[in-house]
Formats: sequence, structure tokens, C-alpha cells
Amino acid sequence: MSYLSSHPWRVAALAAAHVELVAVALVVALAVALPLGVLAARRPRVAPWLLGALGAIYTIPSLALLAVFVEAFGLGFAPIFVALVIYAQFMLARSIAAGIDGIDRAQVDAARGLGMSAAQVLWRVEFPQALPVFVGGIRVAAIAMIAIATLGGYVGGVGLGVLIFNGLTLHQNAMIVAGSVAASVLAIAVDAALRLTQRLLAY
Amino acid sequence: MPDFTAHVVEHLVLALSALALALAAGLPLGILCAHSAALRGAILAFAGIGRTLPSLAVLMLLLPWLGVGASPAIVALALLAIPPIVINVDVAIRGVPAPALDAATGMGMTRTQRFLRVVIPFALPVSFAGLRTATTETIASATLATFIGAGGLGDEIVRGLQTDDPALLLAGAAAVAVLALAADLSLGAAAALTAARA
Repeated sequence: MSYLSSHPWRVAALAAAHVELVAVALVVALAVALPLGVLAARRPRVAPWLLGALGAIYTIPSLALLAVFVEAFGLGFAPIFVALVIYAQFMLARSIAAGIDGIDRAQVDAARGLGMSAAQVLWRVEFPQALPVFVGGIRVAAIAMIAIATLGGYVGGVGLGVLIFNGLTLHQNAMIVAGSVAASVLAIAVDAALRLTQRLLAY
Repeated sequence: MPDFTAHVVEHLVLALSALALALAAGLPLGILCAHSAALRGAILAFAGIGRTLPSLAVLMLLLPWLGVGASPAIVALALLAIPPIVINVDVAIRGVPAPALDAATGMGMTRTQRFLRVVIPFALPVSFAGLRTATTETIASATLATFIGAGGLGDEIVRGLQTDDPALLLAGAAAVAVLALAADLSLGAAAALTAARA
């Protein structure tokens, strides 16, 4: 804890960069996962293949995929950002598909009966109804992304991993502990906040 | 190449030792959870936090106390693997249908007999799913053990990155990906078998 008390602003700045990286990656990941999730929900024959492929990617250890992206994009922000967006796809697309699948079909039929178009049904009936399940997927994805983002510190990226890996290089246990504790607290806080959101939305 | 094989073996030893430890701790904890509502709250709260912590953070937090090398890595990996096992064993045991338990009691089975011959077969598929999650995650996290000097395939990847050797890096990455996917697929197949027999 000594590093945190001696360098509070350094830890805070790296934590903020960590949150920013994960938040931007999450927004981009959602933009990719929404059509994939809707596709999986609409095409039951495609769904197992699509989710199976995304699941297989998710099973690949993050350091392995990250290293491949470093080969492809060089050191810095790009490899960790791409890794975060890709890893999130499985959890996000799966929850979007499950959320839409779980909706009472009678509501969709009623909306159609009112004269809504397919797009209107999707945006005004299906998405709002499926929101608690989506948020569940976003929570699991965000936690995994916070963890994977710590590896960004190894490949020249930003965030709390910088403290951990600089600490390893400099043999400064205080830095390693500060980075690890901060990343853990961040993960627990985001988990709690999104659990609360999920519960509020479910009412 | 002998180096590479040694790293694969190291990786498997790390992951399997951690899983053995995690099973030894996780199975009794999960059974305890399922049988005591009072303990369940506390144990599952800890398990929930354990699921949330970044694996790199857990490896690193033990460093000041346990130092570097394979043993601290195995302890950290075991700690990470316990929560999915506990959570699934608890859900599995509590999901055993009450009529089956009543029938077993009605047939005059003792509690031990009932546990061995009714609870375990019914609880096996869901418990197995927890072991599958724990196994793929442990194989993945064991890659990070290289950062605390524990060896394994992470060494290949890190050495490939440091020496800018794409062949080394890709070989390490591919090997660890194949290990993780193979473990996931084979445990998935085994789970389907236990489910079919139950």
C-alpha cells in the first residue's frame, strides 16, 4: 500500500486510463456484437456455429492472442484494443441472443399486430425487454476486459498493468501490489455497479 | 525443440497441479455450501469476488509473500480455479430432484449411501461443467505464470516478443491455444457422456 500513499495521483491516472481503454473498447465491441447477437437470435441454424466460433476465440488464452496482435499491429495501444474488442464478442453476442430469445413471443406478435415494422419491433420491444440480460453480458464482458487490459502494460499500452510490469522490471514489489490491488478494486467496483444496474432494470 | 517440449510439459504440470489443489479444496467447499445455507452466503460471496479478480493481479499479489517460481504460481492458479468448482458443485447438488432423494430415503438408504448413489450421479454433469471452466481458465492463466518465473508456454510467447521472433511467439501462442481448446472440447465431450449416463 505504500506506493498508493506515496503516488496516489499516478495510480489514479493509470486507473482512469484503464477505465477509458475498457470503456471505449466496450462501446466498439457492442457495436460489433449487436448485429452478431441479433443474427444469432434470428437464425437458430447459424447461432450454434457463430457462438461456437466466438466461444473458441474466447477460449484462446489472452496473452497468446495479444502476442499475435503485437506481431500484426506493433506495440502500443492497437494490439490490446483489438484483443479487448474480440474477446468481448462471445459474452456480448451470447447475451444479446439469449436476451432476445427469452422474450415472450406474444409481445412481439402484439407489436407486429399494432403495425410496427421489424426494425421498430427490434428497437422498441425486443431491445428494451432484453436489456437486463444484455447488461448481464456487459458485466461479464467488462470484468474480463478489465483483467485482459492489465496485459496492455506489457505491450506498451496504458492502464494499471503499466504499474505491474514496471514494478516487475524494477523489482519494486510496492508498485506491483499497488497495480494489482487497484485493478482488483476496479473489477469489483464495476461488477457491483453493473449488478445493481441489472437489478434495477429487471424491475 | 526440446525446449519447446519442456515448456509444454511445464505448462501442463502447472495447470494440472493447480487443478488438483483446486479440486481438493473446491469439492468439499461446494458440498458444504449445498448443505449449509448459513455457510453458503459467505463462501459464495468469496467465490464471487474470486471470479471477479484479474488473474494477473492474483498472481502478482502473492509475489511479495511467496516469491517467484512454480510453487507460488500453482497456489495462485489454484485460488483462481476454486470459485468455478465451488459454484457449480453447489448448484449441482442443490439441483438434485427432491423426489429422487425421497425415494432413496424411502428405500432405506443411509445418508452416505444416498450421497454416493443418488446425489453424485445427479450432480455430476453440472459439477463437470465447473471443472471444464476451471480447466480452460487455468490453462489460460498459466500462460501468465511466466511473469513470475514459473516457466510454461508463456516463456515462449514472452521470449518471442522480447527477441522479436515471430516464429517462436506464434508457436507458443498456437500451442497454448491448442491446449486450451483441446481441454475444452475433451471435457465437453466427457460432460456429455456423464449427462447421458445420469
